[in-house]
Amino acid sequence: MPDGLVTLIKACCVLAFQMILVVVLIWFERKGAAYIQDRTGPNRAEIFGIRLAGLVHPVADVLKLVFKEEITPPHVRKFYFRLAPIVSLMVALLPLAVIPFADILPGDGGGFSFQTLNLNVGILYILAVSSFGVFGIIFAGWGSNNKYSMLGGMRASAQMISYELAMGLSIVGVLMVYGTLELNEMVRYQGGLLWGFLPRWGIFVQPIAAILFMTAAFAESNRNPFDLPEGESEIVGFHVEYSSMKFACFFVGEYGHIVVVSSIFTALFLGGWQIPWLPTPVLRENAGFATAALLLFGVVGGVVFAGLFGKWRGRLHELYTDRRKNEGQVWMICAAAIAVICAVILLAGFWRGLSPQGSLITAAVVQIICFMAKVVLVSFFFIWVRWTLPRFRYDQLMSLGWKNLVPLAIFNILITGFILLGVG
Amino acid sequence: MIKVPTPKMRWWEKIYLFEIVRGLCVTMGHLIRNIFVQKNIYTHQWPEEPKPLFPRLKARHRLTRRDDGTPKCTACYCCQTVCPAYCIHIVAEESPDGFVEKRPKQFEIDILRCVFCGYCVEACPEDAIRMDTGDAVIVSNHREDFILDLKFLLNGKGTEWRRSRRFEDHTIARPPATFGE
Ligand code: SF4
Ligand code: SF4
Repeated sequence: MPDGLVTLIKACCVLAFQMILVVVLIWFERKGAAYIQDRTGPNRAEIFGIRLAGLVHPVADVLKLVFKEEITPPHVRKFYFRLAPIVSLMVALLPLAVIPFADILPGDGGGFSFQTLNLNVGILYILAVSSFGVFGIIFAGWGSNNKYSMLGGMRASAQMISYELAMGLSIVGVLMVYGTLELNEMVRYQGGLLWGFLPRWGIFVQPIAAILFMTAAFAESNRNPFDLPEGESEIVGFHVEYSSMKFACFFVGEYGHIVVVSSIFTALFLGGWQIPWLPTPVLRENAGFATAALLLFGVVGGVVFAGLFGKWRGRLHELYTDRRKNEGQVWMICAAAIAVICAVILLAGFWRGLSPQGSLITAAVVQIICFMAKVVLVSFFFIWVRWTLPRFRYDQLMSLGWKNLVPLAIFNILITGFILLGVG
Repeated sequence: MIKVPTPKMRWWEKIYLFEIVRGLCVTMGHLIRNIFVQKNIYTHQWPEEPKPLFPRLKARHRLTRRDDGTPKCTACYCCQTVCPAYCIHIVAEESPDGFVEKRPKQFEIDILRCVFCGYCVEACPEDAIRMDTGDAVIVSNHREDFILDLKFLLNGKGTEWRRSRRFEDHTIARPPATFGE
C-alpha cells in the first residue's frame, strides 16, 4: 500500500477513536455528575427501547444541533466569527497525530508504527499546536463583537497563556530524564523497572512534573476548577453568540481537548502503551497467553454482567409498561453472547499456535487496548475533578499559575538536573 | 462592621493536594454507591411514579356553589381588586333570585398571568373562590385555553392530568355547560 493511504487510514482510525471517546465522555459527564450528586441522570432518550444508560443522549444532542437553526448575528465580524470554531476544533484534533498507540512492529523500512505522524520532535509539535487554542478563543471573543464575549475571550487567553508556560516548563524536566523528543521513544523508556519493582513510569520518575502537568492541562482544556472562560453558572463565556453546529464545534473541541491532554499525559507519565511489568519482547513471546487472559476476562466479565443485567431486567419489568422494559433482556443476551464467543475461541485453543506474525499483531492489539484504557481512565479523572472542586477566583488562578506553578516547575528542572548530574 | 475571622489553614491544607484527594474520595464514594445501590438517589421518575401533592397546595381555582347549584359568588369584585396580577375579569349582572343583588355574568381567570398567590381566596367574603382542585399541571396547545371561564371554573373537576398517563391528554377539556341555561 502506498504510504499516503496508510497514513490516511491511520488518521481516520485515530479520529474515530477520538470522536467515540468524546461521545463517551459526554455520557460520563452527565451520568457521572448525576451519580456524584445523587441524581439519576439522563435515562429517557431511547432507540427501540434501548437507552444504553443514557448513551443515546449524545446522539440525540448531535441530531438536535445539526437540525437547529444557525444564527449569525448581524453585528459580528464575520471572518473571525466563522474562523473561530474551525480553529478550536482543529486544535483539538491535530495533536493526537503524534501519539503512539502501540510499539513499532518490526519490518522492512523501519517497520510499521502506530503513530499517524512519525515526527522526531513530537512533543514540540504538540506544544506548538495546542498553543493555537488561544487563537480560537480570541477569534471567538473578538469576532462576536460583544463586550461579554470579548471579556470571556480575554480571560480565557490570559489563562491559557499563563498555564502554557507552566506546562512547557513541567515537560522540560521529563525531557531531561528521557533524553528524547520523540513520543514513542519516551514510552519505550518507561518500560523498565525502577529499583526493581516499580514500573519506570513518568509519574514515578517525575512526580512533581506530573502534578504540574496535570494542573496545567486542566487549565489548558478550560476544565473545572479552571473553567473561568466558560463559567456556565455565573459569567458569560466567549461562545455566547454561537449556535447550532458552530457551538457544537466548541463543545466537541472541549471534549476533544480532554482526550488529547489525557493521551499526552498517558504517553508522558503513565507509560503510554506499556503494560506494567510486561515489556514488549516478553509480551510478543507470550502473545498467546495474553490473548487467553483477555478471552478469560471476556468470559468472566460476560457472565458477571449477564447476571447483573438479568437482575436489572426484573426491576425494569416492574417499573415500565412500554418497550423500555425489554432493555435488560437485550443486554443480558449481549453479555451472554460475548461470554459464549470468548469461551468458544478460548476452548478452540487456536491461541496456542500463533504464527510469529500473528503474535506481533496480537501484542500490538493488547498494547492498544492498554493505552486506550489508560486514556479513558485519565479522561474520567477530568470529569471526576470537575464535579468535586469549586471554581477558582480569577486572581487566585493567576497567582497559582505564576507564583506557584512556574517556580515549582523551575525548581523541578533544577532538582532533576542535579540528580541527573549525580547519577551520571 | 463585623469581622469574620478566617480560619487558619494547616500546612497540609495549604498544599491543597491532600484536601483535593479527600474531596475526590467523597465524590467517588457517592458515585460507586449510587451505581450499585439506587435507593439513595433522590430523583423522582415523574410520570411513571406519580407524586402525591400536598393537600393545601394552591392549585387551579374553582368557584363553589350553593346547595341549590347557583354560584356562591356575588360579583363583589373583591378578588379582582386584590389580584396583584390583574388576571381576574368579572362582569356582573342582576341576580333574579331576589336573595342576593348581583351574580357574575362573566368570570374569567387568565391562568397564564396568575401568580398563584391565593389573595383572591383570602379576599372573598363568600368563600366562593377556592384553589383546592389539585390541578397543578395545566397544559394546552392554545393560549385561549388558559383563560378559564365561568362554566369551567364551576364545573371543571380538576386533577384530570393525574388520571391520564400521556402528556397529550393533559389539555384542559371544557366540560359541557350545566349552569345558567
Ligand atoms: S391567586 Fe393571586 S394572582 Fe391568581 S387570581 Fe388569585 S389573586 Fe390573582
Ligand atoms: S369570587 Fe368572591 S371576592 Fe370574587 S367577586 Fe365573587 S364573591 Fe366577590
